[in-house]
Amino acid sequence: MKRLSGMRASLEGQSRPLIEKIERRLFLRRGLSLGALALLSGCSVTDAESVQKTLWAMSRWNDRVQGWIFDPARLAPEFPESAITMPFPFNAFYGMDQAPAVDAASYKLELGGLVRDRKSWTLPELYALQPQISQVTRHICVEGWSAIGKWSGVRFSDFLKRIGADLTAKYVGFKCADKYYTSIDMPTALHPQTLLAFRFADQILPVPFGFPMKLRIPTKLGFKNPKHIVAIFVTNDYPGGYWEDQGYNWFSGS
Amino acid sequence: MAQSQHQTVRIHPLVVRITHWINAFAILIMIASGWRIYNASPLFGFKFPNDWTLGGWLAGALQWHFAAMWLVAASGLVYVIYGVASGHFRRKLLPVTPAAAWRDVAAALRGKLAHGDLRVYNAAQRTAYLGAIAIGIILVLSGLVLWKPVQFHTLGLLMGDYEGARYVHFFAMGALVLFVIVHVVMAVLVPRTLPTMFTGRVRLPAAARGD
Repeated sequence: MKRLSGMRASLEGQSRPLIEKIERRLFLRRGLSLGALALLSGCSVTDAESVQKTLWAMSRWNDRVQGWIFDPARLAPEFPESAITMPFPFNAFYGMDQAPAVDAASYKLELGGLVRDRKSWTLPELYALQPQISQVTRHICVEGWSAIGKWSGVRFSDFLKRIGADLTAKYVGFKCADKYYTSIDMPTALHPQTLLAFRFADQILPVPFGFPMKLRIPTKLGFKNPKHIVAIFVTNDYPGGYWEDQGYNWFSGS
Repeated sequence: MAQSQHQTVRIHPLVVRITHWINAFAILIMIASGWRIYNASPLFGFKFPNDWTLGGWLAGALQWHFAAMWLVAASGLVYVIYGVASGHFRRKLLPVTPAAAWRDVAAALRGKLAHGDLRVYNAAQRTAYLGAIAIGIILVLSGLVLWKPVQFHTLGLLMGDYEGARYVHFFAMGALVLFVIVHVVMAVLVPRTLPTMFTGRVRLPAAARGD
């Protein structure tokens, strides 16, 4: 553990001004358990497998708690268009110029899993879906920043009903043109503000913001809003996600 | 009193001692992981040195933060409920007036504030401990808004919605760190307070026993 070794190194110095004594005391008093564990495990307490397992288990527990806290009827606040953040920040696991260029003409949305009608959808067919609605909502990134934007499209719940999805299933999973993937819980998928969005700021979704479509979920953190969606599937088997599989909390609801 | 010379009295109830050390441990995790989370999108023009943080990267820090929050919440809740219900807070922390707090803080800064009788907190201590409890409550409430800005939107409106809550959470953290530093410095300056936080007991000075 870096913190402990750093602290130890500072204690090995010859001069020990008051502040270091205080730090030492703070460390000893406040971190008794942590310190004892660190001594036992050679200062790698936070990397120890048991600690990591506990943290992952707590994250799964937090998924369940967030599912209980989630109120399907509670709407995310909507804002006037004057509150929209300009320019809207780009964020992905790659640079803006590497956003995938999906060919509109050959694009097909594939459907899979617990869905009755699995025929794929072309872009004109998706654009023709009714009713199309707009929202001005706050996008909150797991990093902490937030930005307000305007998205338009069809209610995802309308689309799921249209394709005959099993609405009692646990998860909806997404595969994206940029190899990103994620999944959400069914109650969030059916939330009235969860949109299959085709437009951003009244324009056809620009490439960096997810052309040809993204799932806009104002009740979840930004990384739970997949862009460049090419496949949607309904399942009862936990599908995970690109960031989720690396340790970010799966539910990540707001 | 006709007691032996080794007469001791209990000044810290068991519940307070246990929750104190659980809170101390959990708050250390919350602060260190919170600094890493802050670093992912700093509110101000600085970052915390990574060596002072916990988690290794943002996802790890979030895991620590959202695991230790249960420890803080549970232990803090037990502490506050016990403190209110048992009269512990009323006996130990009240009354305190702004004038008395100011007088004792000024005396402490001049190095002239005695803490001879460990059974009784002076006004500076009462203020600090009441302040720490208030800060803890503010941290939990602003943390709830950051964690669940939609579900706790009404609560969030009290602190300027999501973005406002980030600042509230940050400054409350700063106040708590200040409290911890002062608290530890004081414990260093009056070292016989430390064992009492484990044993709960203090040996009465002769004067206090009325010998």
